[in-house]
Amino acid sequence: MQSKETSTPQIKRSKLPKQIRQGFGIIVLLLILWRLYLVFGVEQEYTVDIWARLLISGLVIGGVYSLIAIGYTLVYGILRMINFAHGEVMMVGTFAGYLVLEATKSITVPTPDNSLLSFSNAYPIISVILAFAIGMLIAATTGYFLEKIAYRPLRKAPRLIPLISAIGASIFLQNFAQLLFSPQTRDYVNPDIISRGAGWTMMINDSKVILPYTGVLTFVLSILLMIGLYTMIKKTKLGKAMRSVAMDKQTAALMGIDVNVIISRTFIISGALAGAAGVMWGLHNGLVYYFVGFLPGIKAFTAAVMGGIGNIPGAMLGGMLLGLMESLGPTALGISYQLKDVISFVILIVILIFRPNGILGEALSEEKV
Amino acid sequence: MLKVTDLNVSYGAIHALQGVNFELNEGEIVTLIGANGAGKSTLLNTISGLLPATLGKVEYLGEDILKLPPQKIVRKGIVHVPEGRKIFAAMTVMENLEMGAYTVEDKEWIKKRINEMFQVFPVLGKRSNQLGGTLSGGEQQMLAIARGLMANPKLILLDEPSMGLSPVLVEQIFDIIQDINKQGTSVLLVEQNAQMALVIADRAYVLETGKIVLQGNADDVLHDPKVINAYLGGGATD
Repeated sequence: MQSKETSTPQIKRSKLPKQIRQGFGIIVLLLILWRLYLVFGVEQEYTVDIWARLLISGLVIGGVYSLIAIGYTLVYGILRMINFAHGEVMMVGTFAGYLVLEATKSITVPTPDNSLLSFSNAYPIISVILAFAIGMLIAATTGYFLEKIAYRPLRKAPRLIPLISAIGASIFLQNFAQLLFSPQTRDYVNPDIISRGAGWTMMINDSKVILPYTGVLTFVLSILLMIGLYTMIKKTKLGKAMRSVAMDKQTAALMGIDVNVIISRTFIISGALAGAAGVMWGLHNGLVYYFVGFLPGIKAFTAAVMGGIGNIPGAMLGGMLLGLMESLGPTALGISYQLKDVISFVILIVILIFRPNGILGEALSEEKV
Repeated sequence: MLKVTDLNVSYGAIHALQGVNFELNEGEIVTLIGANGAGKSTLLNTISGLLPATLGKVEYLGEDILKLPPQKIVRKGIVHVPEGRKIFAAMTVMENLEMGAYTVEDKEWIKKRINEMFQVFPVLGKRSNQLGGTLSGGEQQMLAIARGLMANPKLILLDEPSMGLSPVLVEQIFDIIQDINKQGTSVLLVEQNAQMALVIADRAYVLETGKIVLQGNADDVLHDPKVINAYLGGGATD
């Protein structure tokens, strides 16, 4: 009888003997501790203001990672597949926001004192809201069609197939954007009052630390979106339906839930979050080009795995932690800042070896199996 | 009310249902008995739209529902309480019940209905904020039935509601099934506990390797020597 749906393969424990894995873990841990001791105890070349700057940038980037990671986790929870085109959905959102801001920049409007201002400077709040709204809308649409075209026909195929389709979709979206917008890197045009680098200045240790407006916007907005999403999943009918479909599609259908509709909406929601993350990325980091979604996408995937894939609070926590580790890590370990990406991926590997279920994964595995 | 004609269902090479015919009239309790693998659950899954049929017809109130997806069939008033309870383990009792009323828009009505369910199943009321997965087997079965009733079905399909329950609980569940029926819901009951099922049912069908081999009034079936031998443990009834 087909009482169980496609078998849920357990995450296999690594084949390495336990002692070797533990030994390896202890060595890595000792090395890290030794570096931390050197940096904090012996060299002490970094002052509080430097740490403050790194902390700020870590929290900001963490918010962006969290939003993208939620998209991975939502889709994984419901379809048990990694949507590797998710970073590209974010890229689409970044471009959509860029185009909106370009447009608002190019429209001039008269102001009370008779001078002409561009729309984005005359009404910066409206422009930014518009950029987010359109960015989220376009990214959500992309997510919707992505599922419809690249994943739905393969719903009953072995699990490897949609994964390959996802990689294909990712390459397609990148190339599509490259053809459409040319491979050049463009500058995001922020309204003047939230131009990059502007912010509240604090004096720490007689040195200026800037709390950038774009960073605060990114952080606050990502927290708000996460709270909104969490409430939606917990309280609304759609959220409950999403959870029940994630647990058991057949039984959910017996409740009268249209499973395909719920899956579509899941892609729309994760697309919208990625779109918001994309616009934030653009406003804060300032660059947009066809490849802009790749690295944040992979990082957010790392964050989702770190938090426990399929677990929504896990994705939020994982995103924040990864942002902080990536930002504080290189300095804390006394290595080059260029190595921050290496840190992220080492974390991914270490987690896959030692705790494939992620930080909050325990509850998940019991829930899902 | 429900009329199944010449229904054929296959899983690949396995021909699970081979031309099944049966009928259920409004207000009846009809039971379907048979051994493991006879095709009982397959039949229910086909009626509720989870499985496609290769051939045949399922008519409900004169309308062919065979090609409809499960979510549409629920909206017609047929609710399927699946085998093995299948409650949403990581959702609370309350949320499970709410999911049962997914097709209902009226929030006031849902609240009222949940309270009614808490009266029928007091234990669920006590555990309303507990996760479904933490309930005992009997409580989970009650939750599964209550969740099915939340949609206010005209016809409820119950798949092995007594499975894995202690005799006292089985008795309780069967009492509840009779109550549900008295309140106007028709019941199609699939059971391995043939004895109990035949006692409460109006009519019965016996399914063997995908075919109906015997049908009639539940009372007659209960006393049919072949049934006594095959399903009721020899002469051990009375």
